[in-house]
Amino acid sequence: MSNAFNLWVGGAAGDGIASCGETFIKICARLGLHAYAYNSYQSVIRGGHVLFQTSVGPEKVWTQSDDCDILIALNQDTIDRESRDARKGVLFNADRFKLEDNSLRPGARSLGLPIFKLSPNPLMQNTVALGALMKLTGLPFETLANLLRETFKKKGEQIQEANVQVAKSGYDYAAQNFPDLGISIPTGSKRRLIMSGNQAYAVGALAAGCKFYSAYPMTPASSIMHYLAPKGPRYGMVFKQAEDEIAALNMAIGAGHAGVRAMTGTSGGGFSLMTEAVGLAAMIEAPVVIVEVQRGGPSTGLPTKTEQGDLFQVLGASQGEYPKIVIAPLTLEDAFYTTAEAFNLAEKYQCPVIILSDLLLSEHQETVDGLDLNVKIDRGVWAKPKENGDEFKRYLDTDTGVSPRAIPGQEGMAYVAGSDEHDEKGELISDVATDPHTRNKMMNKRMRKMEYAARDLKPPILEGPKDAELTLVGWGSSYNMMKRMMTAFNQNGQNRINILPLRTIWPFPWKEVSEVLYRSRKAMIMEANYTAQMARLIRQETGFFIPHRWLKYDGEPFYPGSTYQKIEEVLKA
Amino acid sequence: MSEVKQETTHLFCVPERTPLSEHKPLTPTDFKSDVKPDWCPSCGDFGVLTSLQKACSALGLQPKDILTVSGIGCSSNLPGFFKTYGMHTLHGRALPVATGAKLANPDLTVIITGGDGDGYGIGVGHFLHTVRRNLDLTYIVMDNQIYGLTTGQASATTEKGVKTKSTPEGVIETPVNPMALALVSGATFVARTFSGEPNHMAEVMAKAIQHKGFSLVDCFSPCVTYNKINTYTWFKQRVYKLEEKGHDPKNFSQAMTKAFEWGEHIPLGVFYENTEVPTYEDLDPTIQRFGPAVKQRLGLTEKEQAEILEGFL
Ligand SMILES: Cc1ncc(C[n+]2csc(CCOP(=O)(O)OP(=O)(O)O)c2C)c(N)n1
Ligand code: SF4
Repeated sequence: MSNAFNLWVGGAAGDGIASCGETFIKICARLGLHAYAYNSYQSVIRGGHVLFQTSVGPEKVWTQSDDCDILIALNQDTIDRESRDARKGVLFNADRFKLEDNSLRPGARSLGLPIFKLSPNPLMQNTVALGALMKLTGLPFETLANLLRETFKKKGEQIQEANVQVAKSGYDYAAQNFPDLGISIPTGSKRRLIMSGNQAYAVGALAAGCKFYSAYPMTPASSIMHYLAPKGPRYGMVFKQAEDEIAALNMAIGAGHAGVRAMTGTSGGGFSLMTEAVGLAAMIEAPVVIVEVQRGGPSTGLPTKTEQGDLFQVLGASQGEYPKIVIAPLTLEDAFYTTAEAFNLAEKYQCPVIILSDLLLSEHQETVDGLDLNVKIDRGVWAKPKENGDEFKRYLDTDTGVSPRAIPGQEGMAYVAGSDEHDEKGELISDVATDPHTRNKMMNKRMRKMEYAARDLKPPILEGPKDAELTLVGWGSSYNMMKRMMTAFNQNGQNRINILPLRTIWPFPWKEVSEVLYRSRKAMIMEANYTAQMARLIRQETGFFIPHRWLKYDGEPFYPGSTYQKIEEVLKA
Repeated sequence: MSEVKQETTHLFCVPERTPLSEHKPLTPTDFKSDVKPDWCPSCGDFGVLTSLQKACSALGLQPKDILTVSGIGCSSNLPGFFKTYGMHTLHGRALPVATGAKLANPDLTVIITGGDGDGYGIGVGHFLHTVRRNLDLTYIVMDNQIYGLTTGQASATTEKGVKTKSTPEGVIETPVNPMALALVSGATFVARTFSGEPNHMAEVMAKAIQHKGFSLVDCFSPCVTYNKINTYTWFKQRVYKLEEKGHDPKNFSQAMTKAFEWGEHIPLGVFYENTEVPTYEDLDPTIQRFGPAVKQRLGLTEKEQAEILEGFL
């Protein structure tokens, strides 16, 4: 479906699969190529089967592929499982593993490397393989050599050169012993950034002036913490590992209330623990940003696998009714800009903002053309002492529902923020038996903020031909596959499919979604869960029933082959 | 474009702590809010509130520089009656909220107030972790050995055998020992007081607030409505002051022994104080390098932006 080159690296956890695959995509990003990588792994530190799937090419690469051109197999298990998925050849350690010719695809080559001969240290088998790969793909060896030098910079020149030497021996061996596989990847001159979704969230937080991040480790959200923990002391962000997710969010609320931009991040299980505090933030009108990275549920579920099963948990979190904003970014760029925007929204509307991500979006790596770290900062409205007479009303009932804020330490505005229902001054009315008037007023004030927030959020945009035969609806990481499908189906100016990606989740953009869906010729939802949660939300908010469903809950991402087939079927139906 | 994009925090007025020299002298009444406490007449919490107001005025603190954080319970209503910045949060979650606020603005004097159910029951996990972090926080627990607000169920400090609404045949669990728990968790200031001794309570509270590090003040604060056993009289017959008996608060094992003294004689006062341990804020690398987060500029300089992006090339 495109002229991308696909490399898979497989082995057991601990074999250095990710670093091998990451080195390759980094080389490609430096050579002006686009890259996409998805690591299929399990929740074990050593062993298991890990498959790092990369696709690179001169044009935008949207997703991973169904098969690969070259497989680097780092153990026998990978040879046995994946060899038939390699179109051109399988690189492996010929001293330790065996590849039978009949386990190859017709035309594919067995590319055994005599590692003991090529490397003084068998642990460097990945580096030998990367050297050979440079030869097989025709990519410049120097780019690999430079990257190895950078990687081992701290270890001194001797180690640096030893690694380059080992890579070179792989390169030379391939030159002398392997046939030309007919692979050519046209490189370009624009160096691209390569990052993961979680890194995009983390960088977005730094750019937006987030000064407090608290979290409890949980896959697949932990890499946000891993990026921010060392960066905090460099850019002035306090990082606090909390004793649990309840504490993580409550700490972030305390920090947000005290006047700094604060964020926490977790997965569905941790978010379950946070829910009570989400309502607290809304009730005391403290700004806070929460990143919820979904993984396979229920319960501990599939800790290292993707899913989009937490939509209703996020929408229904915490008792009662309260204002909140939920955004589910679509791409890495969107992940970055959404985070920056989330801090503005949290402070403008003084409410919790939830960024709903999924494992695939958060953990896959992709090239990004560029990010503008010089983001807009809007801290909302602030009170001045004695502005409204002597008495400070922290929860002043205004047209927009937003009350000017004050923070502890400021002169003349001391007030109490209460999780009980309170009046404009913040005084509790929960124990006053009959004050329905104040209750209604305060409830209306808080909920009114969402009418204004709704106008502030980007409406969904229908992409592709307006009158396409089929409208594909999806959210989160599904977007990239939807894009890929649109390109595939609409070749040569055809009008077969258009796509409606949903990014703003709450307040739900029911008007815009209705306009698109009630006009569509055929509609299909594509999401990674069992019960089509987004389709159900759409029905709840617009009355529109999406008849066709492409759902997946096995933990692996959507793949292009089967998705293509499903769309074909629906188009024919 | 200038090197520094955002010069300020975007706040129109950055919270600055009033220097001691500029403090106007305040009386305990200055710490009274307009809201009248809704506790039952003679509830022990009245004594705690007045003692806290006395302590703050004695220390010359300004209401604006204090943040009082509570959970949920009768006792947790205290911030509403105490004229400082206040937060009345969730049942059992006051400590993490206070931790976040303190880390955001270490210049604030942060006081946490709540009940034994709040702190030693639902919130005991946070208690242990907050104690071991040694942030400069003062935690005042109104320990009435019962759940007051929910009308009289057993709490984590209700004694064995005591009959309550939820233990009609008597408690069969061993109660939490807050003093010992705080001590083994690494608390640097552990004290106990009694609402029937308001002057002593105010003195101990002042010491606790002055202590640099985490301080626990467990207050016997009788629930006159639901605890008919641990009454004012019950305590009056038993309590004595450690400082009158030559107790050395620097001595950890002595403090530990005193923590287990219960029955005929119950000690009040400062059990333990260790001034040698640095606070969390003093060790946090970001706070050390940048000062209070709340006072920092927002946004990155061009140099910082480039440096971050370089990491992805
Ligand atoms: C999550 C949650 N569970 C239960 C409650 C109900 N509740 C409110 S206060 C309280 C116990 C109060 O006891 P304590 O903390 O000792 O305070 P006291 O009223 O005795 O001062 C309980 C169980 C609640 N508010 N939130
Ligand atoms: S119920 Fe008990 S704790 Fe609550 S106010 Fe009354 S006396 Fe105090």
